[in-house]
Amino acid sequence: MPLMGNENKPMKLAYYPGCTLKNQATNFDVSTVSSMAKLDVEVEELDRWNCCGTVHALDSDNVMNRVAPITNMIRVKEMQAKTEGMAGEFMTSCAMCYNTLKRANIDVQQRADALETINELLYLEKTKYQGDVEVLHLLEYLRDRVGFDNLAKKVTRPLKGLRVACYYGCLLMRPKEVAFDDAENPTIMENLIRALGATPVEFSHKMECCGAYQTVDKPDVIADRTDRIMGSASEERADLVVVSCPLCAFNLDYRQDDAKRLNPDFNNMPVLYFTQLMALAFGCDEAALRFDLQHIDPLPVLKARGLD
Amino acid sequence: MDTTLRITSAHAGSSFTARIEKISGQKLLACYQCGKCSAGCPMAAHMDVLPNRMIRMAQLGMQQQLLETKAIWMCVSCLTCNSRCPKGIKIAEVIEALRKAALGGGERNDNLKIMELTPEARSVLPPIATISAMRKLTS
Repeated sequence: MPLMGNENKPMKLAYYPGCTLKNQATNFDVSTVSSMAKLDVEVEELDRWNCCGTVHALDSDNVMNRVAPITNMIRVKEMQAKTEGMAGEFMTSCAMCYNTLKRANIDVQQRADALETINELLYLEKTKYQGDVEVLHLLEYLRDRVGFDNLAKKVTRPLKGLRVACYYGCLLMRPKEVAFDDAENPTIMENLIRALGATPVEFSHKMECCGAYQTVDKPDVIADRTDRIMGSASEERADLVVVSCPLCAFNLDYRQDDAKRLNPDFNNMPVLYFTQLMALAFGCDEAALRFDLQHIDPLPVLKARGLD
Repeated sequence: MDTTLRITSAHAGSSFTARIEKISGQKLLACYQCGKCSAGCPMAAHMDVLPNRMIRMAQLGMQQQLLETKAIWMCVSCLTCNSRCPKGIKIAEVIEALRKAALGGGERNDNLKIMELTPEARSVLPPIATISAMRKLTS
């Protein structure tokens, strides 16, 4: 039974929330922690975690940009050393944090000289990093450590009839070194949605980028991306779209007002984090769901499916 | 009007081409212009020069024309092009190198004026958006 560390003791898992889960995306944070508690996994937020770097630097002279993400690996080692039953691994539910942390980790695992330089730069740290921490995305953890079959047993409120379009965006599966499922056509989120009793909906734009940080000063460009992505989910008669990235969530949810101005035929559709659907299916209350933080209110579609 | 473009080894071996190859770690001359990068690019509709043409211009050492395009600032490193290039060129890395070349020109040449946004626009943006934009668009 993989859910238990040993006799009736919940498993402990180090958790890296990231900046936006502690700001606008509180709903992603509380739904992650609450649904993991229902799965008997005790998530413990890393002490003194710092910015993941948000984006992976792509130039060849990039050691400085790896310092911030690698510092977090040291925090994991520190927490592991003082916590009984904790492995040398940690979980994040944010796709962007996952991508940046995972890529930095792979990079230093493959380049001993870069790791040595980073350890020299971090000379005040008592722990030296040796490339021995594993970075896990929550979806990966749920599939491989919990198991979707076990997860399905915890569902108290099956999301019957709910049509869910699973949007992956760019960061979960690209580049292929970080992909934990098929990089061109992943199905891990659909399998989770199925375990929750809902119906996954295939749509053409599930791997298409939302325009990411161009949202800062080019909302018109994002409006076009949102119109196409949400439009393709709408064509397949989805009730809502689920995401794993707070930046995708902002663009696909908040920028729907701009999409509507661009295309008067645009249909508003709620955008939720996959963890919110888990929390809903596990019977968590509003404090764990925080639907009040969604720009497009999901309650009407949930009500129509008898899930409010 | 004379539209003949004379391609010589002097162009292909220009110091600009070598610099972009060095910063990006990519072999620009491997590109044979199949266009798959542009075909799959989600931002192509908003670019004045398409990704395959950016590579061509970099091969030809067209420094000034290339660094003046809006397109080099439009890429969001979604890596769709990288995953599909039959020659294994990492196009997103090349575009990031072009930004580095534009930003490292000796004067401040940021492509994001965050203080010019309205306070209202700034207040709704999540930190994940502003931090990543500043990391990729400013020096």
